[in-house]
Amino acid sequence: MLSCRETTQLISESLERKLALRQRMAVGAHLLMCRFCSRFRKQLFFMEKALSLFVEKEKEGKLPVDREPSLSPEARERIKLSIRQESNSHEQ
Amino acid sequence: MDDRREETKAPSTDPETWVESYGDYLFRYAWHRVQNRDVAEDLVQETLLAALRTRDGFEARSSEKTWLLSIMRHKIIDYIRKAGRERSMDNELSPDDISEEFFDEKGMWAVKPSCWDTDPGKVLEKKEFWEKLMDCMAELPKKMAQAFSLREIEQMDSEEVSQVLEVSSNNLGVLLYRARLRLRRCLEVKWLG
Repeated sequence: MLSCRETTQLISESLERKLALRQRMAVGAHLLMCRFCSRFRKQLFFMEKALSLFVEKEKEGKLPVDREPSLSPEARERIKLSIRQESNSHEQ
Repeated sequence: MDDRREETKAPSTDPETWVESYGDYLFRYAWHRVQNRDVAEDLVQETLLAALRTRDGFEARSSEKTWLLSIMRHKIIDYIRKAGRERSMDNELSPDDISEEFFDEKGMWAVKPSCWDTDPGKVLEKKEFWEKLMDCMAELPKKMAQAFSLREIEQMDSEEVSQVLEVSSNNLGVLLYRARLRLRRCLEVKWLG
């Protein structure tokens, strides 16, 4: 019988590769008897879903930008200056 | 400002407008992946300078934003690769890592996961959830954060992530497992209280 540590390791691994049948069965058996690992699994999948949704929103430019950080004014000026300097050096 | 609005403008080829048009967007993209303001700002500068230097290669059929983003992605990966080499990751992969304390000597949960009892649909709309998630990611040890960021946010294949971080696939598995254990616990504490 798998321990909780072993079970959670395999659950995490299943996000990277398909587990062997024996491993899937062992995880399944443990989950039937352990509500904590069942929670872990559910919560891990929830996190995965949240991150996919995040990435999707980011691509579509739909993140709540009022809570998102921005370039500091100093960084903004510094970068503009470096672009100007680089452009000018090309023209010479 | 809605990022979508920028895409419908006619592409500007005056680099001096790039900071205003794309600076924040590029900064946020980098910040979500490196969790460090100074680094993210440097990456924006490097990206725009690189774009300036290779402008002749820009093909007008892809949008300017997409082009700048592809340069940014390369810069992020280079940064992570270099940062990975500078640090020893021994402690993040050793059996003594604190992630191992989530379980007792028998391999059972030491601190049992609570029931989150949440409706994913509703929760994911809440801004606080996103803030807590970012806070938790910022608390991860360096190598774990990098592994997690490349795999889950940049959505690279496991094999690619292994190559960038120069770790075996087994070690990548360990890093991701520990990152997930810690993030789950952190979210439970910070978000559910």
